[in-house]
Amino acid sequence: MEQAALKVEDLTIAYHKKPVVEDVSFEVPEGNLIGIIGPNGAGKSTLIKGILELVPKLSGDITIKGATYKSMRKSIGYVPQRESVDWDFPTNALDVVMMGRYGHLGWLKRPGKSEKQKAMECLDKVGMAEYANRQISQLSGGQQQRIFLARALAQEADIYFMDEPFVGVDAATEKAIIQLLMDLKEKGKTVLVVHHDLSTVKEYFDWTMLLNKRLMKIGPTQEVFIPEYLQETYGGRLAILPDTKSGLLLK
Amino acid sequence: MNLLDIMTDPNTRWILLGTMFLGLSSGVIGSFAYLRKQSLLGDTLAHAALPGICIAFMLTGVKSTSFFLIGAALAGLAAVFLISVLTRYSKIKQDAALGIVLSSFFGFGIVMLTQIQQSEYGNQSGLDTFLFGQTASMVMSDVYMMMAVSFILIFTCTLFFKEFKLLSFDPGFAKGMGLPVVFLDYFIMMLIVAAVVIGIQAVGVVLMASLLITPAVSARYWTERLHIMVILSGIFGMLSGVSGTLISTSVNNLPTGPLIVLSATAWFFFSLLFAPKRGVLSSVWRRVSLKKNHSLEQERRKGRYTS
Repeated sequence: MEQAALKVEDLTIAYHKKPVVEDVSFEVPEGNLIGIIGPNGAGKSTLIKGILELVPKLSGDITIKGATYKSMRKSIGYVPQRESVDWDFPTNALDVVMMGRYGHLGWLKRPGKSEKQKAMECLDKVGMAEYANRQISQLSGGQQQRIFLARALAQEADIYFMDEPFVGVDAATEKAIIQLLMDLKEKGKTVLVVHHDLSTVKEYFDWTMLLNKRLMKIGPTQEVFIPEYLQETYGGRLAILPDTKSGLLLK
Repeated sequence: MNLLDIMTDPNTRWILLGTMFLGLSSGVIGSFAYLRKQSLLGDTLAHAALPGICIAFMLTGVKSTSFFLIGAALAGLAAVFLISVLTRYSKIKQDAALGIVLSSFFGFGIVMLTQIQQSEYGNQSGLDTFLFGQTASMVMSDVYMMMAVSFILIFTCTLFFKEFKLLSFDPGFAKGMGLPVVFLDYFIMMLIVAAVVIGIQAVGVVLMASLLITPAVSARYWTERLHIMVILSGIFGMLSGVSGTLISTSVNNLPTGPLIVLSATAWFFFSLLFAPKRGVLSSVWRRVSLKKNHSLEQERRKGRYTS
């Protein structure tokens, strides 16, 4: 079998006594767009943070393309939740995107012309080039989300983790973002996205992970995103109606 | 004394130099503390320095800034450690944890201070001046120490500007990138402790936090760029040090430390009122002119229909 882009073995994370993520093991092949789906409190964000070592884990091994996570850090891109930062920070859009280059720059080196140019290219890709010098608090929610995305693009990673990139953005921005993610996939990148809107899962993701503390199912969306598994994941709390377009409509 | 006398008095010149560097360095490092929403942490570290200094004095029996620095740094570390233990293993939130640690360390410090003053060294120790500061007790070596620490602080902040910036804006992203966030956290705290220690003699532990926070808050009003804010904050701190010292020497028997703090507050009010864009006056002006334009526009439209 081809080497997995990401391999997670026996990942368990607990904040206090109860585990938030329990015994999760999976592999994802390269060049896929993977949606992470599950009810509130299912540990979707925690799973990502655990993989990225942002929260301590009780157990678990992460390998990226067969190498340890630490050695592959530069090939990992991350889009945190937009609310995780204070947008009234004294900086502009271009500066934030340039932060994506810091990992490649290393200690003590200052971002220079080439970093600036790269950041501008990434801003352009998310359609935000004209806002480069805008103070970040002056941007709308959707624009801020695009800035975060541009920053992740500037990381030039092979595997991306995105924590709810579609929350609080308008339909146009959502379409623009998903188009970008599809482009990344076309280039052979792997993108994992924490996602809430079940109605768009089939349209957006070629793979789906169903998570509720434990890994319920992972695989190609048409195999995994079916009423039976969804009910299992959401504890039978979903009302599922047959729908012609997406196959699923949720009430 | 008039201004010229003050400027030519060598002793005052030394004190001026010292408070200037103190303001500069605490303004610079304070910017990061403020942006990381750790304003109260500066206050806690300042108060926690008192028992550290007392223990250092009790152990060595001499009044030496470098020993005090070590004592304050260790006490600061202990305070920070306690805060993180309290927030991690109990349901206490950070503000409450800071409050508990601040007051208990300070209480402990006061107890020790009283002990020291009743001991054989008695009043000669002069440690009581550390509560509210006393510039008159500063000697030349203290000023050298202040200068040295300022240079180190400013040099470090310049060197690690990129890392400090990322850490202040988005620690999660910084961690994901592989920056040693916990280490940098402690590192910044140690820099704050260093600024606190050199400030204790002039401003005192009780008021020191104001020199860390107020210049940074003032600077934030004037700019939307981090590096400019840090520089401005240093300048505001420096101006506060200078103006506070000058006022206290030209008016008899006014305490320098509190005057430095009040000068910083004056600069804050100045910024609050007059800063472009963020200032109160400018936003009032913006609202008024917006309203005026709006009503003019309405008039114009009405006029068009009636004529």
